[in-house]
Amino acid sequence: MYRIRLHGRGGQGIKTASRILGSAFFSEGFEVQDAPRYGAERRGAPIFATVRAAREPIHERGVIARPDLVLVGDATLVPVAAAGVLLGMAEHSVLLVASDDPPEVWKQRLRLAGPVRTLPASDAERGGLATVGTACAAAAARLVGVIRRGSLESAVRAELADLEPVVVERNLERALDVFERFAALEGSVREGPEPQILALPDPEWIDLPHEPARTSAPDIFGGLTSVEVRTGLWRTLRPVVDREHCHRCHWVCTTFCPDGAIRAAPDGTPEIDYDHCKGCLVCVAVCPAHAIRAVPEQEAERGAGEGAG
Amino acid sequence: MTRQLLTGNAAAAWAARLARVDYVPAFPITPQTEIIETLGRWIDAGELAARLVTLESEHSMVTAAGAAAATGVRVFSATSSQGLLYAMEMLYAVAGWRAPFVLVNVSRGIAAPITLEPDHDDVLAARDSGFLQIHCSTCQEILDSILLAHRLAEDSRVRLPVIVNFDGFTLSFTREPVEIPDGDAVDRFLGPYDPENVRFLASKPISQAVAVMGGGPYSYFRYQMHLAAEAALGVYDEVAAGFAAAFGRRWEAVETWHCDDAEIVFVMIGSFATKARDAVERLRAVGERVGLVRPRLLRPLPVAALRAAVAGKRGVAVIDQNLSLGRGGVLHAELASALYGQPDAPPVLASFVGGLGGRDIGLEEFRRMAAETRAAADAGRAPPPRLLYTSGELRELRKLQGIAHAERAELRRAAPASSDPEAS
Repeated sequence: MYRIRLHGRGGQGIKTASRILGSAFFSEGFEVQDAPRYGAERRGAPIFATVRAAREPIHERGVIARPDLVLVGDATLVPVAAAGVLLGMAEHSVLLVASDDPPEVWKQRLRLAGPVRTLPASDAERGGLATVGTACAAAAARLVGVIRRGSLESAVRAELADLEPVVVERNLERALDVFERFAALEGSVREGPEPQILALPDPEWIDLPHEPARTSAPDIFGGLTSVEVRTGLWRTLRPVVDREHCHRCHWVCTTFCPDGAIRAAPDGTPEIDYDHCKGCLVCVAVCPAHAIRAVPEQEAERGAGEGAG
Repeated sequence: MTRQLLTGNAAAAWAARLARVDYVPAFPITPQTEIIETLGRWIDAGELAARLVTLESEHSMVTAAGAAAATGVRVFSATSSQGLLYAMEMLYAVAGWRAPFVLVNVSRGIAAPITLEPDHDDVLAARDSGFLQIHCSTCQEILDSILLAHRLAEDSRVRLPVIVNFDGFTLSFTREPVEIPDGDAVDRFLGPYDPENVRFLASKPISQAVAVMGGGPYSYFRYQMHLAAEAALGVYDEVAAGFAAAFGRRWEAVETWHCDDAEIVFVMIGSFATKARDAVERLRAVGERVGLVRPRLLRPLPVAALRAAVAGKRGVAVIDQNLSLGRGGVLHAELASALYGQPDAPPVLASFVGGLGGRDIGLEEFRRMAAETRAAADAGRAPPPRLLYTSGELRELRKLQGIAHAERAELRRAAPASSDPEAS
């Protein structure tokens, strides 16, 4: 059985990548199981997905403890312990990271026993186009070596069918390009050895001790958690106050903001707390003077210091 | 017939579509929402001639489902976790209306603490409501069970609503190959819903589900529901046989795997039962005589089939993905009461609680459960209940508690030195 794990952030197309890979395997006659796993349902949150493919029906479920291939769409996740990117990497496990750093650097950093491959960003991706998920799926398809170009192409078309044709073509172009680039590594990812049930270490079960409620209730006693968590990182669009047109009416945006992230200065000018504004844009909608604009976050960051905010 | 990759949620939506449901009252909740979104899209595209109405809560949603079913139309709805609990009052009420429909529950652990991942505490809270319960372990089974459930619910000997249950994530969002039956074949299997005398019309007012005074009439009506639920066992077998004849897939009320010559059997429901099956195959390959018993029906409980499946075994390991707080695993208690006093009941019925909140169950844990059950059989004494929980998991929790500033003095006393939150 092939056991493949994909890691990335919400919005990168990691779930879609798992489906492209799953569909491609399926059209090659494999039994397939593909599934995303996530906690916070929002862009930017770590997610992972699993793909299993075998010639016989699959009964295994859930997390993949011993992957044959791990694909990482966002290299910043590698050091995040909670993301579990390196979980269960064995000697035969291949790691593929979407990164401009060469494989040797990653090999050195992570001291992995198995091979490391990298997938440098395309020019279009550097320009902000999100095709990294599709690129990962295409790389995986070539690495396993049992998926033909035509199966990859039809899987990309099937899984992106709801998107604009131009987006589909862009993804397809990237997928086929990556598929060609990895030609030399075709078949280098192999099905790992099946787990030997008698050889697995015994589970370290314990008797859970009874602890008083002051310890065992699911409470957080540290204060200010909602201040310390920078929910502003979730934002994809930033509300920006146009001071020229703002009436200083001071109560509309500040009242409607569901996160209490806008307060009025003494002269009535609203000040947005970008550490905690989630970019819901309610303020943009309710401003009677139409004085709040929505600016894409990347653009706002580039223009920071030029009056954005 | 076509075989394609479908999530559990998509399989559920396909079943409702193939059953030609008339009415779908809806309220969103993760991980179920995709089902009603999919049905909504099909209705918008003119591919499904049904009415979908979004209600303001699950309580209203189940009320609407029962009320619509009482007008004699075919009804389907879906919920999960807190949604099912919020609807609880009406689950009991609409079952008493004897107006049949199918409700999917996508299992998700219940708050607090809140989670998105699956266990069966939600659906087991509805155990005694009068809804029949079918528990699925694969995406194909979801599609097939919903079709079976409509037939079962609508049968005049039963006429009770049915919950079809499957796990969030491990089925709801997981794609597997699913054979979508041919629409005409489903029409032949299911036929139109004949509501008999359940046919509320504004022009022909009747009173349904009236009040009664005194325990006598009340006992009659409640016990009739119980008898109907029990009769559903026989009806289920008929319906499942009809389904097998039409579609070639046989869904027994109790599925058994390698049980005939097994010494030790696991008893488990839901999607993790396929993991148990995997473990059984691997243990068999190394010569261990283990088996798996998977009840698909929990209400009515197929008592005779369960007794037969475990009769003469040396030991049974019941794995409960649920927890009755202050008692333990629900399936374990159900099985114990079904087996008590039976001459060929297994001497050891071990209780394991695992998979709470989606916690994985490893192959090595299945091996160990079989070994402990066997050792208990050798010793002639049932082991104490066991939560599947490792020292590594407690170590991780100690770290979280440290961050949360839980009572550090308590933690220091309870924890081994290596997991001292002050040290981390």
